[in-house]
Amino acid sequence: MKEIVKDIRRWQKQDKKIAIARVIDLDGSGPRLPGAAMAVTEEGEVAGSVSGGCVEGAVVLEALEVIKNNERHIVSFGYSDEEAFSVGLTCGGTVHLFIEPLDW
Amino acid sequence: MNGKTQKDISIFDRVEELLNEEESFALVTVVKGPPAGEKMIVFPDQKSGVDFEGSLGNNELDRVVSRDARGELAAGRSGVRNYGESGEAREETVQVFVESFIQPPQLLIVGAVDFTAALVKIGKVLGYRVIVCDAREIFATTQRFPLADEVIVEWPNKLIEKVGKTFGPRDAVCVLTHDAKFDVPAVVSALATDVGYIGVMGSRKTHEDRINRLREVGIDKEEMTRLRSPIGLDIGSRTPEETAISIVAEIIALRTGRSSTSLSETQGPIHD
Repeated sequence: MKEIVKDIRRWQKQDKKIAIARVIDLDGSGPRLPGAAMAVTEEGEVAGSVSGGCVEGAVVLEALEVIKNNERHIVSFGYSDEEAFSVGLTCGGTVHLFIEPLDW
Repeated sequence: MNGKTQKDISIFDRVEELLNEEESFALVTVVKGPPAGEKMIVFPDQKSGVDFEGSLGNNELDRVVSRDARGELAAGRSGVRNYGESGEAREETVQVFVESFIQPPQLLIVGAVDFTAALVKIGKVLGYRVIVCDAREIFATTQRFPLADEVIVEWPNKLIEKVGKTFGPRDAVCVLTHDAKFDVPAVVSALATDVGYIGVMGSRKTHEDRINRLREVGIDKEEMTRLRSPIGLDIGSRTPEETAISIVAEIIALRTGRSSTSLSETQGPIHD
């Protein structure tokens, strides 16, 4: 969280809508522990990370939906070996994220 | 008294404030069940009369969750927990995420030498609160170690005797003086604390000499096993920066209990 506060403050000054995604739980192996956080603006700007780059792209899309609908929810990404372009952790674990608008 | 929130300041403002002050606290967020998104900030102990700020929307839930969050915070853990609507155990209507923010671990570097500057840098990268201590005023200056959180001119053993009770398993003491006059008393006082890592720099010969001196002042074999001496992992470091990497790698490996061999040479999961 600490490493993304500065970017968030800058975006807030520009009146941008922001969503925060946080790792809340892991099943099996995962690169980032609970608490890893990422912030996304309505324009798709990003600060921080929630994995080793495996799911960030998908998290941005989810975060944009969260901003648009002003709703918060848990999103999970598991292992993906079937399709080369589907989203998941390559290390075989499942990561659970809570994505919410920064309205607090 | 519980649940008092400061006026005109958002939870996010408060989180930023507490992070900047390097306070220990837990940010609790309801992630499932009514009312998702509600938050509270829980302190390790009473802070100006309050146990927590904010509310999850139910007094009983607040009471139970703040108690549990305090336990998670003490262990430095972050994770999810399930409750009933009024904090009942063994129910799963409400899921909360407890995110623990704990004070950064401390890295005390004894000796203001060339290697110190590199270790300060790497220590800051890893999020340590870095303190440099040396009795020699001309070496222990903030100009030489601008990134250090504190540069203290003091006999290292005196400083450790003073602040050593704040040291715990996550903290580290690195003695880089390789001068028996400083490092023997520093090591003796570090051994009297609960610090997780004590590393002492020096050649094999210096190490042998130091072990003898420590034995003379009454340090027994078991205490000696706590010392990482000579300091660092054997990765062939030569420069101060490479040496700093070998030292922090050893600190990490000691904390995690891992083998410090190349992953290509080992089997099994990479993350525990």
